[in-house]
Amino acid sequence: MTAMNGAYGPVRRKEDARFIRGMGTFVDDIALPGMLHGAVLRSPLAHARIVSVDTTAAQAHPKVRAVITGDMLEQRKLAWMPTLSQDVQAVLATDKVRFQGQEVAFVVAEDRYSARDALELIDVEYEPLPVVVDATRALDPGAPVIRDDLARPPGNHIFDWSAGDQAATDAVFAAADVVVAQDMVYPRSHPAPLETCGTVAEMDPVSGKLTVWCTSQAPHAHRTLYSLVAGLPEHKIRIISPDIGGGFGNKVPIYPGYICAIVGSMLTGQPVKWVEDRSENLMSTAFARDYHMHGEIAASRDGRILGLRARVLADHGAFNGSAQPTNFPAGFFHIFTGSYDLQAAYCEVTGVYTNKAPGGVAYSCSFRIAEGVYLVERMVDLLAAELGRDPAELRMQNLLRPEQFPYTGPTGWEYDSGNYPHALQVALDLAGYPELRREQADKRERGEHMGIGLSFFTEGVGAGPRKHMDILGLGMNDGAALQVYPTGKAVLGISVQTQGQGHETTFAQIVAQELGLSPDDVEVVHGDTDRTPFGLGTYGSRSTPVSGAAAVVVARKVRDRARLIAAAMLEAAPDDLEWDGHRWQVRGDPEQGRTIAEIAMAARSSLELPDGVEGHLDAETVYNPPNLTYPYGAYICVTDVDPVTGEVAVRRFIAVDDCGVRINPMIVEGQVHGGLADGVGMALMQVITYDEAGNCLGGSFMDYLLPTSLECPSWELGETVTPCPHHPIGAKGVGESATVGSPAAVVNSVVDALRPFGVRHADMPLTPANVWSAIQGRPVRPGLAIK
Amino acid sequence: MVNGISYTREVEARLLLIHFLRDELRLTGSHWGCDTSNCGACVVWLDETPVKSCTVLAAMADGRRVRTVEGLAHGAELDPVQQGFAECHGLQCGFCTPGMMLTARWLLDHNPDPSAAEIREALSGQLCRCTGYENIVRSVRWAAKHEAATRAAGSGDGR
Repeated sequence: MTAMNGAYGPVRRKEDARFIRGMGTFVDDIALPGMLHGAVLRSPLAHARIVSVDTTAAQAHPKVRAVITGDMLEQRKLAWMPTLSQDVQAVLATDKVRFQGQEVAFVVAEDRYSARDALELIDVEYEPLPVVVDATRALDPGAPVIRDDLARPPGNHIFDWSAGDQAATDAVFAAADVVVAQDMVYPRSHPAPLETCGTVAEMDPVSGKLTVWCTSQAPHAHRTLYSLVAGLPEHKIRIISPDIGGGFGNKVPIYPGYICAIVGSMLTGQPVKWVEDRSENLMSTAFARDYHMHGEIAASRDGRILGLRARVLADHGAFNGSAQPTNFPAGFFHIFTGSYDLQAAYCEVTGVYTNKAPGGVAYSCSFRIAEGVYLVERMVDLLAAELGRDPAELRMQNLLRPEQFPYTGPTGWEYDSGNYPHALQVALDLAGYPELRREQADKRERGEHMGIGLSFFTEGVGAGPRKHMDILGLGMNDGAALQVYPTGKAVLGISVQTQGQGHETTFAQIVAQELGLSPDDVEVVHGDTDRTPFGLGTYGSRSTPVSGAAAVVVARKVRDRARLIAAAMLEAAPDDLEWDGHRWQVRGDPEQGRTIAEIAMAARSSLELPDGVEGHLDAETVYNPPNLTYPYGAYICVTDVDPVTGEVAVRRFIAVDDCGVRINPMIVEGQVHGGLADGVGMALMQVITYDEAGNCLGGSFMDYLLPTSLECPSWELGETVTPCPHHPIGAKGVGESATVGSPAAVVNSVVDALRPFGVRHADMPLTPANVWSAIQGRPVRPGLAIK
Repeated sequence: MVNGISYTREVEARLLLIHFLRDELRLTGSHWGCDTSNCGACVVWLDETPVKSCTVLAAMADGRRVRTVEGLAHGAELDPVQQGFAECHGLQCGFCTPGMMLTARWLLDHNPDPSAAEIREALSGQLCRCTGYENIVRSVRWAAKHEAATRAAGSGDGR
């Protein structure tokens, strides 16, 4: 995509200068005078009544300054905090612990190691309780009740939710030639950003100002929540998200450790740092997925897909801590009809509690579109196998056609734009699809097992229209504030912030494009609530769709104001001026023109301005998106499977993404690369499991495997560009596209490779052991799929 | 000796090198990511060898030379590896970057013209959650080419 003038394009990142020198400032890099260190005591048991907590010995430790327990928090009415899903979560346990790794006490000490030492001096007596970790058993009569704190009927049921027209869908299924059904699990995963979560909290005892440096993807929302929960005046709270070492959704929620650090600072009058270790991150912070799904697809004999049905059991862990818009208890899962033209669809989701870590929506899933895409893309492949059709050809037959946009799907989503068959064709061409199929056939004859897997995904990202989407009552809009200094240098304040996405560069390009400046002349301020306008933060691929649009709108406001001042400078009527991409000039007389820099100086000068025109070039806005943006893509994965060891090698991965106009294609491609690695990881190795006693079996990087440079192929990218019709510069979100779209391509590829063994489905992760089981005809992860 | 400067400190026997560098010397470019030697965000050089400083005791560095990301540049001039990462978008959040660059520097010192496969092998003990590794490989290749061009121009400095 070429830009209208020079500001868009693969501009090198402003952020890199500090990172390549080791000069970034991450939360754990912050050191304040007198700073103390916190550590969390966690439950070794998944479900147990707390009989007593004895902190006497810990308090006697010479370097310990405070020990905080649930009882102490209860006296301050802080023992429980609201989650982002109308539930409550224990900050420090008072009555019982409900998952392994739950927070029980917090020690504040003079140094990192002493705080850890003192944890071992706390004596907690537990009375173990029966455990339920299997979502399929959580609703059994007699299952251990996890949330006896709630005033509701006993049991582990959280919600029932449905979307689509059930009667119409049933009718389509009843009349269909072919119905294919499959149970499948999207297993529990964890985003595992390389930087764990942490905070430095400083309560100034004199001014009453609380400053919190925090690994937060949503600093403004955190500020409001702290105020509402703790009763602190909001203008006395400042949240700073400095450099963040990856988020992926893991850093959206407020975690107990943050609150404990704040309380610790209040108690001691000194700053308190708390940074979790890797095990704490994997065992207690927001997990992802854990959807147990039953899918059904209906089609005509000639391959026309007619309907889709899904029943889902959603494991939300011990507290319902999903971070998603209020009205969507299953997130946006019901976009599960994907990229196809269906007559009807219906899904129902039941959420349950288990003795597992809370969370649910994290890890670049676009509010559970990841689960929906996986379901439909597996079902389409199963249908292709049933009909004996090529999966690429079957998709091409059923993809939405360009003339159908804007398209309202059977569950109510209005897809804004797209040319799906074109994107699939580009991917097939890049892959050399017919040649791949020939190679596969040759290899099969030789007894070699090569797989070719496709997926075609559509996402809805950029939450969102405030009429439909809020988090705890806060509409999902974003602000932008733009100041232009007299010499024509600009400072843009935004309410989203980077955890690696390169906002300091991309957003500078957006403003530069609108004002005819160089990106070097635009400084982007983010991640500090005292210096930026209010907004809901960076997650759900919403930065460019929402905040990027805000940046465009605010820059255009500046440009409109500049027009009035330029008119005064040129002694012309504003209506007689036109913008040429770099300056306002008199229509028909291009010699007469003024750049933004010239106008900015004039705005602050002694130039007499017309009545009602203020002498500055600053502006603010709040952007309320009219709809989500709908990026999409076609992915093809080529694998080689060793049937003896069960080992899967991803040989090639072709990804064609359409995210509308690309502001910085280098950054877009980088985001796609990262998401593809996530997809390979989830498909082949990443899983958080528990044993029957509720012990987390993925509590370190020795057990929770992530893809390295050896498991990742050299990604092959392509692009198509279908501008978003309602975004001011036609951009769509892209940050999660590859994570959402790629797992199905990998699984489809492996299942394709295993077809000679009669394998029709195998659940993720397709580890060597699971692949080998599938080849032996044994179900993968038995007992987890619901019937 | 850290980055050419000699430090004398009395430390606890159990103090890890990563914490010594970060908390005592305030060299915060090296990061602490996993505790188990899996992620490599903490990679520094001990004498001439990259090590994971989360599993090295500070006391073990006594009398030895440590090189961190803060010691990668040559005065005001960035190392070609640093330049390569910026040129090829080899980083996003920047958390793994210092460790990646130190291993890459070691690789190029021992193999000035590594293939993509050799680069992947060399970096396989380190994790990146953002880039999918592709641009890291390209960054290291960029540095290799840049250094080769510099050598060809006769101004190789033998680093």
